[in-house]
Amino acid sequence: MAYFVQQLINGLTLGSIYGLIAIGYTMVYGIIGMINFAHGEIYMIGAFVGLITILALMSAGIASVPILLILAILVAMVIAGLYGWTIERLIYRPLRGAPRLAPLISAIGLSIFLQQYVQLTQGGRVKTLPPLISGGFTLMRGDDGFTVGISNFQIVVFLLTLALMAGLTLIINRTELGRAQRAAAADPLMAALCGVDVDRTISVTFIIGAALAAVAGVMVVLYYGVIDFFIGFLAGLKAFTAAVLGGVGSLPGALLGGLVLGLVESFWSAYADAAYKDVAAYAILVLVLIFRPSGLMGRPEVEKV
Amino acid sequence: MAQLPFKAARDGAIAALIAGLLALPLVGFRLVDQSGGEGLANRWPQLVAMIILVFVGRLALSLISGGAVRSVLFFMAAFAIGSLIIPWPSQFLEVVAVGGAALIAMRAAFLLLGSRPFGSMSGAVGLAGRYAPWAMIAFAALLPLLPFANRGVLDTGVMILTYVLLGWGLNIVTGLAGLLDLGYAAFFAIGAYTAAILGSTYGFSFWACLPLAAAFASAAGLLLGFPVLRLRGDYFAIVTLGFGEIIRIVANNWRSLTNGSQGIAGAPRPSFFGIADFTASPAPGHTAFNALFGIPYNPIHRIIFLYYLVLGAALLVNGFTLRIRRLPIGRAWEALREDEIAAQALGIDRRRVKLTAFAIGAAWGGVGGAFFAARQGFVSPESFGFMESVAVTAIVVLGGMGSQLGVVFAAVLYVGLSELFRPLEEYRMLVFGIAMIAIMRFRPRGLISTRRPTATLL
Amino acid sequence: MTALLSIKDLTMRFGGLVAIDSVSFDVRPEAITALIGPNGAGKTTLFNCVTGFYRPRSGSIRLDCSGRLTELSGQPGHCIAQLGIARTFQNIRLFANMTVLENLLVAQHAELMRASAFSIAGILGLPSYRRAEKKALDKARYWLDRVGLLSRANEPAQFLSYGQQRRLEIARAICSGPRLLCLDEPAAGLNSRETIELASLVRAVSQELGLAVLLIEHDMSLVMEISDHIVVLDYGRKIAEGSPASIRGDKAVIAAYLGEPDGEAA
Repeated sequence: MAYFVQQLINGLTLGSIYGLIAIGYTMVYGIIGMINFAHGEIYMIGAFVGLITILALMSAGIASVPILLILAILVAMVIAGLYGWTIERLIYRPLRGAPRLAPLISAIGLSIFLQQYVQLTQGGRVKTLPPLISGGFTLMRGDDGFTVGISNFQIVVFLLTLALMAGLTLIINRTELGRAQRAAAADPLMAALCGVDVDRTISVTFIIGAALAAVAGVMVVLYYGVIDFFIGFLAGLKAFTAAVLGGVGSLPGALLGGLVLGLVESFWSAYADAAYKDVAAYAILVLVLIFRPSGLMGRPEVEKV
Repeated sequence: MAQLPFKAARDGAIAALIAGLLALPLVGFRLVDQSGGEGLANRWPQLVAMIILVFVGRLALSLISGGAVRSVLFFMAAFAIGSLIIPWPSQFLEVVAVGGAALIAMRAAFLLLGSRPFGSMSGAVGLAGRYAPWAMIAFAALLPLLPFANRGVLDTGVMILTYVLLGWGLNIVTGLAGLLDLGYAAFFAIGAYTAAILGSTYGFSFWACLPLAAAFASAAGLLLGFPVLRLRGDYFAIVTLGFGEIIRIVANNWRSLTNGSQGIAGAPRPSFFGIADFTASPAPGHTAFNALFGIPYNPIHRIIFLYYLVLGAALLVNGFTLRIRRLPIGRAWEALREDEIAAQALGIDRRRVKLTAFAIGAAWGGVGGAFFAARQGFVSPESFGFMESVAVTAIVVLGGMGSQLGVVFAAVLYVGLSELFRPLEEYRMLVFGIAMIAIMRFRPRGLISTRRPTATLL
Repeated sequence: MTALLSIKDLTMRFGGLVAIDSVSFDVRPEAITALIGPNGAGKTTLFNCVTGFYRPRSGSIRLDCSGRLTELSGQPGHCIAQLGIARTFQNIRLFANMTVLENLLVAQHAELMRASAFSIAGILGLPSYRRAEKKALDKARYWLDRVGLLSRANEPAQFLSYGQQRRLEIARAICSGPRLLCLDEPAAGLNSRETIELASLVRAVSQELGLAVLLIEHDMSLVMEISDHIVVLDYGRKIAEGSPASIRGDKAVIAAYLGEPDGEAA
């Protein structure tokens, strides 16, 4: 039982990170109907920028952990958001109205490019960071002496994810920007005719998605303490699975999908063969697409004739 | 017009500012391994050089679109030459400076000459299209006899031909039926492992393995395709990607069958059609190839034979595709690529027709895998990663969806360029990524976009 | 005369919206039946039910297959097409990168597939297949000539003008050898001369092949000129049915159209 609870906590932590990345997929898909395959690389870049920011601040003499954390997250969000904006502007925007699969192929090329870019500038070696936030609480003690703990950092991850989700929901539901975003997702042409600046809305969508992925990247640096240039590929696929599982286009769905996927992976590693945990994730992707393509919280898509 | 230099400078400054911000953390700093953990080093010269390059490039493009084409041509030509002399902080930046300036200068020159930089190519390609295939086949057939054809050249030749074979196989799925398959390496892997396992564990010969490799790969294609072929295009692509990864992970972990990450040695080498073996000392009851023809033993004989085998297989796939394209099933594939709904309204069973394409493509992938195993004599999961799938898919898409000739061009470029520019090996994938983006932007139908009708009247 | 297609109590819902509300009517063989009604009346939805793109909520669609009635609702689209129902689309759907001729050959897919015997006879180039291919080419040539596109046979379909694309789509539907031809707003976007040509083409084809035609059209002069029978839908319900003369004077129909007299009566 204790072991089970521990896996639950670990799974939810991992799932929060997947959820943050998945939001970027779901928002972009919702508004321009493309799979931004390079989104995982934005998360990877966020992780690198976060790590470099922390090291730069530490060498500048700043030792306070909360300040380090907040600045690293902010810098990573800004830089990643700028990457998201640039990518949309330079690569995806000219492809609107191109053959159906062209944006996806471009995105794959971009993903390769960004991986190689980081490998060339930062080297292929695995980067490490010792834990900044240590300590935690012991929640319960099992009969076999196994203790269940939640680390302070895991609490930070939960709180941050909740805060970001709440903020995003407010933006989407309450602000002018959110209304424009929903209008453009429903019908870009009509939204444009009603005076919504669709280009700007799409740009903002990319920026928000990239910034959230960057937060996930910084979390991963601090949580696992190891990153390399290749982490974006797998995380991107997992997050895409989470987005599909939750229902593409649905924000709460993305978070829910992320949490479910995190739990599945965590329990699979604990009770089945950890070597096949990625297979479990892919299997979920395939099964959801076949049996419930609209996901847990999405709306079914009607083929237009 | 007086406003133009000012506006261009402003554009350049904005672009430089954004590029500077983007590059500041990743180019300006470098993570270094220190005794106490990670440390940071600076790289200001590279950062500054990059910002300057972006500024100059954007400035020049703005000036071109503002009409100052002639001055940009001279300026960029001078910049390219100057860049050769100035010491840049890294070789890569020098290549970018010279190459980028040259490209912009070329663009300006083309504008002055009044033609589009890429538009003029298609006519030449169309003309070449008639004779190029025969010239290429003749060259490929004669290559082993040419004086410079040493072992390295032949190995590269076999590699290119394997990619051509895979590209032609995938062309049925992606080029004709329009299904973007990002997990083609899975079928390649199944073919290679089938050959290696049957050969090393059960002693099957290469010639027995070949059809079995095709059959197993094709069966896997049917199993995967049946449930997922009704998905829309981009979902289908991601699911095939997942399938490719699953196959790789299974190959890595199912140790009793695949020997895990260590791989399987002793994949069967092809014999001379079962008549003779390519060894100096054949097993009892077998004949040596050199003895059969009464020539001295030379290990290159086997490579030449393998070369011709792959060439033959590739041409067989090509002949098959050219033929089946003109049959109703081939036309139905293309119809599905063009408009699934209209095809269904004409009585075409979408799923079954796609499944045929997928299974045939998978079978050819399996054949390619068996040849790969025969060339290496060794298979391990490393050879079947996502990048392998992307490479084959990119060869098909970039060459020109459905164009058999395009596949050859793209395969030669993909393998050939990296062999030619060994010193720039580490930049190979970077350039590959840029090429994928650029071709989708400027030639979304691929390098060769002419399509030959499958039937004509009059 | 018995009906070729018999629709009974057909109902189709999208979520809470009732797009078709228990509609019944018959399509007679060798006659032109028009389906009219204001925008959003459910005409195209009904087409999509008949041709298998939507699965109706309830009701039946029966096709007379040489004396035997076959239920269509719930069957996949390609099976319905193979039973002899061909259609065109409101927004033209051609195989844009394939040639005009190839579009017509794809339409003869089922027949050519049979002749190619799982592609084996085709790959080997057996005479039986070559004969079938020759026949298909002759059929395509005949219909290209009829719609005036013979000279454009080897060009990609996307290079045709709008009116030519409309005619090609009709020729393609005819080439699939249907017994019922469903045309979804064939005159949309055509000028008056093209519309007149279209009317005579549809009329002639129907008579020549003994073909039943089910037609959605907003151009009332075209509908009144060529239809034998008219069914009027409004808000998913059938509000009238009868000969062109009786529909012209029907009060319910006039009321349904009154809100938008301009575009509809043009």
